[in-house]
Amino acid sequence: MIGAHDTPQVAPLFRLQFEPVQAAWVLLYPEGMVKLNTPAAEILRRCDGQRSVDAIVEELETAFSHCGLADDVRAFLEQARGRGWLRGAP
Amino acid sequence: MANDVRPPFWLLAELTYRCPLHCVFCSNPIDYARHGEEVDTATWKRVLGEARALGAVQLGFSGGEPLLRDDLEELVAHAHRLGFYTNLITSGIGLTVARARALKRSGLDHVQLSFQDSTRELNDFITSTRTFDLKSRVAAVIKDAGYPMVLNCVMHRFNLPHVGRIIEMAQRMGADYLELANTQYYGWAWHNRAALMPTALELRDAEALVTAHRERLRAGGSPMKIFWVSPDYADARPKPCMSGWGAVFLVVAPDGVALPCHSARMLPGLAFPNLRETSVRAAWYDSDAFNRYRGTAWMNDTCGNCGDRDKDHAGCRCQAFLVAGDAAATDPVCPKSPHRDRIDAMLQAAGAPRDDVAPLRFVPGAATAGALVFRGEAASLALSAAPLVCDPDPTSS
Repeated sequence: MIGAHDTPQVAPLFRLQFEPVQAAWVLLYPEGMVKLNTPAAEILRRCDGQRSVDAIVEELETAFSHCGLADDVRAFLEQARGRGWLRGAP
Repeated sequence: MANDVRPPFWLLAELTYRCPLHCVFCSNPIDYARHGEEVDTATWKRVLGEARALGAVQLGFSGGEPLLRDDLEELVAHAHRLGFYTNLITSGIGLTVARARALKRSGLDHVQLSFQDSTRELNDFITSTRTFDLKSRVAAVIKDAGYPMVLNCVMHRFNLPHVGRIIEMAQRMGADYLELANTQYYGWAWHNRAALMPTALELRDAEALVTAHRERLRAGGSPMKIFWVSPDYADARPKPCMSGWGAVFLVVAPDGVALPCHSARMLPGLAFPNLRETSVRAAWYDSDAFNRYRGTAWMNDTCGNCGDRDKDHAGCRCQAFLVAGDAAATDPVCPKSPHRDRIDAMLQAAGAPRDDVAPLRFVPGAATAGALVFRGEAASLALSAAPLVCDPDPTSS
C-alpha cells in the first residue's frame, strides 16, 4: 500500500513529457508510449520523489478546487506502481 | 487520402549499412552494397526536426551498426533537444565505456543490444565474428552507465533449443526487457530461409519454455519482461505488419530514402521519396509510395470484404510479394490466401531431414557455411547482380 508520507517518483525507465501534436502528456519507455488522461498526467507530474502523497493530494485539491481526492489519487498510484511506472517494486 | 492519415509515431534512422557483423538473418536489403552514399549530419538533423514537428516521438538509431557513424553523439544530442525518446539499436561493437557515457550525456534514453545466442559457439558462428565475449562486456557497460537495456535475440532453428538459457543469460545481465524475435523472412533471412526455419514443434516447445520462465520471473519478483515475437509463417494469422502501411512507422535508409518498413524498397513499381530532396511531410502524406497501401481501397475482394481487414490491414506487402509475387495480394500466411500452400510447403520442408550446417563453427572470413550465406559486401554484390524476382517455388533456395 502507498502511504500518505511516501514520496512517489516516476521510475527511471520512463520519461514523462507533454506532446504538443497529441495535446497530451505521455509516458515514454523503450520503444513505446502510454498516452495519459488528464488526471493521470496531473498526478504523475507531481511524482518527483520530493512531494509526499498528502502534498500531492492537497495540491490537486487546490488546483482543481475539488476536495476528497485522496482515495482516487492513492488508487491511481497503486495502479501506476503495479505497472512499474513508479520507482520501487510493485 | 491524406485527411485520415496520422503522423508517423516511430522514426527509424538507419544511419549506415556498414556493420562489423555478418548475421545470416540480417534484415538489411540483400543489395545494400549497391545503395548510394550515406546522408550527412546536416541532412539527418533536418530530417529529425521535420519528423519531430509532425509528431514523431520514438526514434531508433539503427543500421547496420550506428556506432560506426562518428556523428552519432551529435545526432543523439540533437534528437534529445527536439524531445524524441532516443533508442540505440546496436550490436554493441564499438560501445566503449567512454562512448556509453558520452551518449548518456547527449541524452540517449535506451540501448537495445543484440545477442545471437547464449553460447559463444553459436553467437560467433551466426554472426561470423568473434564477438560473444565482447557483447557480454558491453551489456555490463550499458547497465553501469545507467541505461534501460533491451536484449534482442533473433530466434531460428539453431538457437530455439537454447531459449531457456538465453532467458537466464538476459536475467543475469540485468536486462529490463528481453525480445525473442523469431526470424522474419526478409532480406538475408529470406535468402537463408530454408536453413533457418524451425519446425512447428520446435517453436511450440520454445514458446512453452518462455511461458514457464515468465511465471518463474513473476513469482521471483524479477522486473524483466519477455516479448515473444510471433513466428510469421507458423502462425496461421497474418500479422498487422507495421500496424499498417504508412500508419505509424517511418524508416529512413542510410541514403535518405523514406520507407514504410525495412524491406519495402525491393517492391517493384514504387518510387520511394528521398529525403535529401523531399520533406518528411511531403514524403509521408503526399508520396504515391506511402499512399499506395494505406486504408482499404487498394485491397482485393478477399481482404476488402474480410472482417479482420481493420485489424491486420491485409498483413504484409513484402511477404505477399516474396511468396505470391504480387505486393497487393492477400498475405500468403492467411488461410484465405490462394497461396497459403506455399507457406505450408516451406513449413513442411522445415520438418524434413536437413543437410545440416554441421559443425556450427566460426571460420574467419567465411562467405558461406553449408546452405547459409553470411551478410557481407561481396555476397551483397554477387546476389544482387540480377534483379530480385519472385520465387515460383519458394521452398527452394
